[in-house]
Amino acid sequence: MPDQLIFAMEVTINGLLNGVMYALVALGFVLIFKASGIFNYAQGVMALFAAMTLVGIQQGRVPFGHLINEIFGTDVHYFGWEVPALAAILLTVVVMLAFAVLVQKFVFKHLVGQEPIILFMATIGLAYFLEGVSDLMWGSEIRNMDVGLPQGINDAIDAATFEIFGYGFFIDNLDISAAIIAAILVGGLIAFAQYTKQGRAMRAVADDHQAALSVGIKLNYVWVLVWTLAGIVALVAGIMWGSKSGVQFSLSLIALKALPVLMLGGFTSIPGAIVGGLIIGMGEALFEFSIGPMIGGATENWFAYVLALVFLVFRPQGLFGEKIIERV
Amino acid sequence: MLDSTEEGYVTADGRQIGGVVMEMRNITLRFGGVVAIKDISFDIREGEIRAIIGPNGAGKSSMLNVISGFYNPQEGEVIYRGSKRPQMRPFQVARQGIARTFQNIALFEGMTVLDNVMTGRLNHMKASLLDQAFWWGKAQREEVANRQKAEEIIDFLEIQHIRKTPVGRLPYGLKKRVELARALVSEPSILLLDEPMAGMNVEEKEDMSRFILDVNDEYGTTIVLIEHDMGVVMDLSDRVVVMDYGKKIGDGTPTEVRSNQEVIDAYLGVAHD
Repeated sequence: MPDQLIFAMEVTINGLLNGVMYALVALGFVLIFKASGIFNYAQGVMALFAAMTLVGIQQGRVPFGHLINEIFGTDVHYFGWEVPALAAILLTVVVMLAFAVLVQKFVFKHLVGQEPIILFMATIGLAYFLEGVSDLMWGSEIRNMDVGLPQGINDAIDAATFEIFGYGFFIDNLDISAAIIAAILVGGLIAFAQYTKQGRAMRAVADDHQAALSVGIKLNYVWVLVWTLAGIVALVAGIMWGSKSGVQFSLSLIALKALPVLMLGGFTSIPGAIVGGLIIGMGEALFEFSIGPMIGGATENWFAYVLALVFLVFRPQGLFGEKIIERV
Repeated sequence: MLDSTEEGYVTADGRQIGGVVMEMRNITLRFGGVVAIKDISFDIREGEIRAIIGPNGAGKSSMLNVISGFYNPQEGEVIYRGSKRPQMRPFQVARQGIARTFQNIALFEGMTVLDNVMTGRLNHMKASLLDQAFWWGKAQREEVANRQKAEEIIDFLEIQHIRKTPVGRLPYGLKKRVELARALVSEPSILLLDEPMAGMNVEEKEDMSRFILDVNDEYGTTIVLIEHDMGVVMDLSDRVVVMDYGKKIGDGTPTEVRSNQEVIDAYLGVAHD
């Protein structure tokens, strides 16, 4: 087998695994957009906030430490204990739940029935607010995320591919675990939406508010539920990206990577977010590998957006989005 | 006028109608300066088919929205099963057992017919999320019972053949029937139908009339309906409220209403001899 083909295979696999990470972020957008028609600009910041909170709890940091020290002249930074990873994750979920309740109560409850653009603007405000809260609560230094996920090269794959091709593939353990966790998460979300009472209510609200009210569904409850789920998805994305590249402000910019995924997959489809993420991940890796060297490289920065633009021309609703039909 | 004692009355076709389920007392509803409903009172009795008719803009739909909690009137009281109902939101009214359909069909277009009907059972599900996750005990029993009820109603309204079809693909007449099924499956104590036959052809209207009568007959459901088609209303309903410009101008059996001069002038037009 020619070397180029073998390299291309490695690049494809790594691209697909990267795509899973994009899909994770896109998933959070889809959940909220489907249920409430809100394009949640704050999804990336939610991932940052969730990751910061997780690390903070794990290391036993005092929330709002700087603020407390400033006001009371004290000098507290740590509680002096360390919380095990699993317990810290559960506590972070509780924090995201509280966040969902507050967002619904203080922001979106008052904006029911407003134009989508107004809801969108509200989420931009929310993004900056949450960024500030995150800084104030946990500080803005770069943190290491360590929840015990395996890191580094996967030796088994390395050995197996060396056996077959005479060349060992470099596949990161972290990417593999991200893919497995993402699969479990999506499976869980789909099962939840399809087979539980709450999931059914969620789908009903996503489809028609008025009809949902008439069968006795409390909209507020469902929206809090959806924001909580989006918070959990943000937490998972935050853990993955944080483990990969450290927890820092740039984590919130992964939201931008989700945009082309959404355009490709459609804003309303969970499978669309997955497939869109995979296509973008694989596409940009292969493009960089094959065309990149001819035009000076660094194509990853823009390839996804160009691909999304091409899709917008031919399928504006995305691959799996609901068809937009309007009667005149 | 009908004998309106506590015990109710017997209809022309011999059905026994029970006591008062809901009473509207001096309801007034305003939107800014516009008075949509002006000091209207009437009652709804157990097991009857009660119609609200009137020309366009008379306030019929507003009245239905007051009953179902989508609007809250500025003045007046809604008495439900003997006690005054506090201000409620639509989902709370629905949980009290008042189901409705909409003039412009409000279905979950992306979901199948069966899924749509199942949403009507949401308030009959009490199992916890944990039970549902592991599909044991209460969750399983409830789901089976709810599914049975849903299938029963689907059979009853003769929509078995489209059970698995996404509602968005159905023609108008069938959508109306699915909406009726979703309302009916919750076993409502009052069923509100907002123009159930609007936009239908003669054959579809006949079908829908038959279903409404069957529902009332089979399940003893109290039905309040708004309808434009006078012929249909007169055939279907036991008692009729007539509205015009937000006021009540007539109330009684179809025969009584038909001979009420004010109603004839306002709505049926002046008779040509």
